[in-house]
Amino acid sequence: MSISINLNVNGTDYPVTLDPARNLVSVLRTEIGLTGTKEGCDDCECGACMVLIDGQPVNSCSYLAAQAADRPITTVEGVMVGDELHPLQQALLDEGGVQCGFCTPGMIMSATALLSRNASPTEEEVRIGLSGNLCRCTGYVKILAAVQRAAEIA
Amino acid sequence: MNFTIASTLDDALAAVAAGARPIAGGSDLVVGARHGKSPMPDSVVAIDRIDALGHIETSTNGVRIGALVTHARLEIDDEIVARYTGLADASALVGSPATRNVGTIGGNVMNASPAMDTGAPLVVLGAEVELQSTTGSRRVRVSDLWTGPGRTSAAQGELCVAVHLPTRPALSGSAYVRLEYRRAMEIAVVGAAASVHLDAGGGLAALSVALTAVAPTIIAVHGTDALLGRQLDDALLADIANLAGEQASPISDVRASDRYRRHCIGVMARRAVDAAVRRARGESIAVPINRSLGIGAAP
Repeated sequence: MSISINLNVNGTDYPVTLDPARNLVSVLRTEIGLTGTKEGCDDCECGACMVLIDGQPVNSCSYLAAQAADRPITTVEGVMVGDELHPLQQALLDEGGVQCGFCTPGMIMSATALLSRNASPTEEEVRIGLSGNLCRCTGYVKILAAVQRAAEIA
Repeated sequence: MNFTIASTLDDALAAVAAGARPIAGGSDLVVGARHGKSPMPDSVVAIDRIDALGHIETSTNGVRIGALVTHARLEIDDEIVARYTGLADASALVGSPATRNVGTIGGNVMNASPAMDTGAPLVVLGAEVELQSTTGSRRVRVSDLWTGPGRTSAAQGELCVAVHLPTRPALSGSAYVRLEYRRAMEIAVVGAAASVHLDAGGGLAALSVALTAVAPTIIAVHGTDALLGRQLDDALLADIANLAGEQASPISDVRASDRYRRHCIGVMARRAVDAAVRRARGESIAVPINRSLGIGAAP
């Protein structure tokens, strides 16, 4: 069985026909061509696939694309403000919070969700907000610093 | 896979009656399928857009939590945090922010994992699950719902639409404590919930304790009535730890040995009762209590 749905990603409508068992990350990457969202563990553990649906963080590896029909989806491609990097993106660069970069899109999405509900999080609150995102390079310290720096700038 | 989106409860009940599996956040169904645990069902009905299932309603009978209420909502809801604190403790520990954002109380209850965090608090708080089908509805105590790992007494065609919690008397408190090796994306190694009512003199007027991940289902501890009237002290907590350890029948697996689980379930039960009594006395202990106890933190 295939179904036809509309996915609204970063404010743009994408009509897609798909097998309803497909996960959202695969549809974002292969049907829509937005490859910023990464597939890591494919098991809801690592957070590399994090996107926002209705502004809330969702592991897109373990979420059916069909369930996201007609709901606003935000991926890392959607966080830039015009041609300017989002303050979180800039802060990650400035603080050295990016090494291999694979976790970065997911980190940015979780941090975006956190800062949208808590503009001045404590370090503990940042740790909880990013607790579903694994990084194997940085040891997290610089990522935590970047999120707090972004909160100060914004 | 056949897939439909239900916009009303009637649509969902009809689909479930025809054999479809309900999906809300998908944090068990989809993750299980991708993990190879069990394939996606042949027929699925998405119930997450049914507004009627998404509310927390308070009345003179207690609180009715719609099946679609998420862990993220339960961990911060004023009524749940104030009066059903053990459930908030548990909801705040589930997975990660993303897991808590999509995971629902109805899904958690019907998935019937013996390691589910919300299970033990629901048992001690006296929760009932409201099951509805195209032919009617009924309420089942949660302890009568779970019949084994992943198994419930719900019949084919029944959908969990709400969880009911009875009112709380004055001088009552509850808590859920779990043993975890890390602070997020964790499953209970073991866990315990306690609910207490105190008499005017501070003695135990009611006491319920339930245990997580030490049996094929969440279990209630028997024999706690013999402890009523006593004050919170080391002897009481030692008796609670002994009762919990005696009644646990844990397994050994990659996460812990049966001996370690049996020892630690006593520790968790003791800590849960201690916290529930302190909350009943009016002491403010932030949700989740695991954090102030330092469980799961680096040494």
